[in-house]
Amino acid sequence: MTGPSRRARLLGWLFMIAVGLYFLAPVYWLIVASTKSTSDLFSTPGFWFADFNLWQNLVDLSQRDGGIFWRWMLNSVIYSGLGSVLMTFISVISGYALAMYEFRGRRIVLAAVIGSMLVPQTVLAQPTYTLLVEIGLSNTMLGVLLPSLVYPFGVMLGFVYARSSVPPELLEAARMDGASEWRAFFSIALKLLSPGSVTILLFAFIGSWNNFMLPLLVLSDPRLQPVTVGLSGWSQAAITIPGLQTLVIVGALVSIVPIVVVFVSLQRYWRSGLAAGGLKL
Amino acid sequence: MSTGTSVRPAGSRRALRSGGIRWAPYVFLTPFVLLFLVFLVAPIVTALYTSFFAVERSGLGFGNANESVFVGFDNYVRALSDSGFVSSFGRVLLFGVVQVPVMLALSIALALVFDSAVVRWKRFFQLSVFIPYAVPAVVATLLWGFLYQPRVSPIVELLESLGVSANFLAPGTVLWSIANVTIWSVTGVNMIIIFAALQTVPRDMYEAARLDGAGELRMALQIKLPMVLPAIFLTTLFSIIGTLQLFNEPMTLRSITSNVTGDYTPNMSVFTATTLGGNINLGSAMAIILGLVTFGLSILVSVVSNRRRGATR
Repeated sequence: MTGPSRRARLLGWLFMIAVGLYFLAPVYWLIVASTKSTSDLFSTPGFWFADFNLWQNLVDLSQRDGGIFWRWMLNSVIYSGLGSVLMTFISVISGYALAMYEFRGRRIVLAAVIGSMLVPQTVLAQPTYTLLVEIGLSNTMLGVLLPSLVYPFGVMLGFVYARSSVPPELLEAARMDGASEWRAFFSIALKLLSPGSVTILLFAFIGSWNNFMLPLLVLSDPRLQPVTVGLSGWSQAAITIPGLQTLVIVGALVSIVPIVVVFVSLQRYWRSGLAAGGLKL
Repeated sequence: MSTGTSVRPAGSRRALRSGGIRWAPYVFLTPFVLLFLVFLVAPIVTALYTSFFAVERSGLGFGNANESVFVGFDNYVRALSDSGFVSSFGRVLLFGVVQVPVMLALSIALALVFDSAVVRWKRFFQLSVFIPYAVPAVVATLLWGFLYQPRVSPIVELLESLGVSANFLAPGTVLWSIANVTIWSVTGVNMIIIFAALQTVPRDMYEAARLDGAGELRMALQIKLPMVLPAIFLTTLFSIIGTLQLFNEPMTLRSITSNVTGDYTPNMSVFTATTLGGNINLGSAMAIILGLVTFGLSILVSVVSNRRRGATR
């Protein structure tokens, strides 16, 4: 067997260098720009460092509007962190129920799940807002948290993972030993489903960290907003308030650090898990 | 929501166990079904209902009391005769016709390169392509927004030193600047899906082709690509849906340019009618129209692709 030709290798490398530059240069720029003072931002070359001002920028970021930035970060962690953990649990237990039991109504629920996968989240934002106004949950944290718990795609993934990784004989054996259904799920199935759950969690987290239209509609109180809404508000105000641009840049960097760390450390899940689930659908 | 079924008197275990099997799936599904009804079905019903009403001010001695009046399809007629709303569909269509093929071609090319023996450091390059997906669309847009602005951007500066005056935020170019942000964001996840599909193709198929003297390129196009068509279809479908829903990027870009109008995309029309316009009824009608168009297009894509697949078989 002969490997690829030298010309193919050379072309491959050129392609990869161009690709690497395209995808990483903006992130590199963000890191460089975060270390600059406002005047350096406009007067020094964008792709190279000037006076190192990162710590001062972080202090400014933390003090602006009484430290509201960290409040936004906390809100995002609640909406996305707590939200995606709850949503993953709901998706996994529902997918498990659909995969492991025969019961009346199973086909209806499955059909509803598949059908609603075609309803895009953002189309639902305005109707959800309309409903929240009706039931008095507008401008509350619950108004953003609760709707994000419904994720039919997650249920579908839970269903696919349960079918492929929980052997029915194992459940039968647990029942023979006198385990209740509840215990069989928690002590046996959940363990087998944990790699799949991490994948669902990862994508749920990304999805809700990305959520913008619903919070923008629902939350008028800045203290309840997630970091994306808060930063875009600052970006809008930066037209008239000069120093704010630097804070938008530092804030953007701080807001993506946790999610990038999570992504890099959970590589083996997104490399295999999502794709495996996606293909089996 | 669910009571602990594990606490049971030992004697009646057998009878209750079969009862457990009967009830367990319903207990397990209760949270999802409840949330599904309240936050997926109810919003659609509410939006439908709202879209057939209009708020009218009855000023005749009743003070400023607002009254909801049934108006039939009036809101739909108004939405469809709103030139801004209608042309926003044309805009995202144009956007999709360019963005989806470019993005998918890049994803497929990357997946094929990663699947071949052409380059090393695959994990590093895969991670670099995938990292932007972790950056929220709003932050990605803020970031690229700085790279588009003349006074801050090193890219504009570089182009100017080469004698090219680039304006990424002009009325004619801003749509493609938005397309660039979305390509940067979503190429990684599409690449991963196609790459994973390639990994499932049996390796011995390649060996046979290699023995026949096929080069990497011919193998990629003639053997690998046809094998991963289902994955490509899946990513196409999601991309088209995503295009119609375009909201976060153009909405965020509004903070640095006035060339993105309030009704730039269908979703932005919905948003603007609901908030600035203060007309939740019109907004609901627009959301329903957008939902129907999206649904129709998804069906169309799957029908066309099924027919294609049937024809080649």
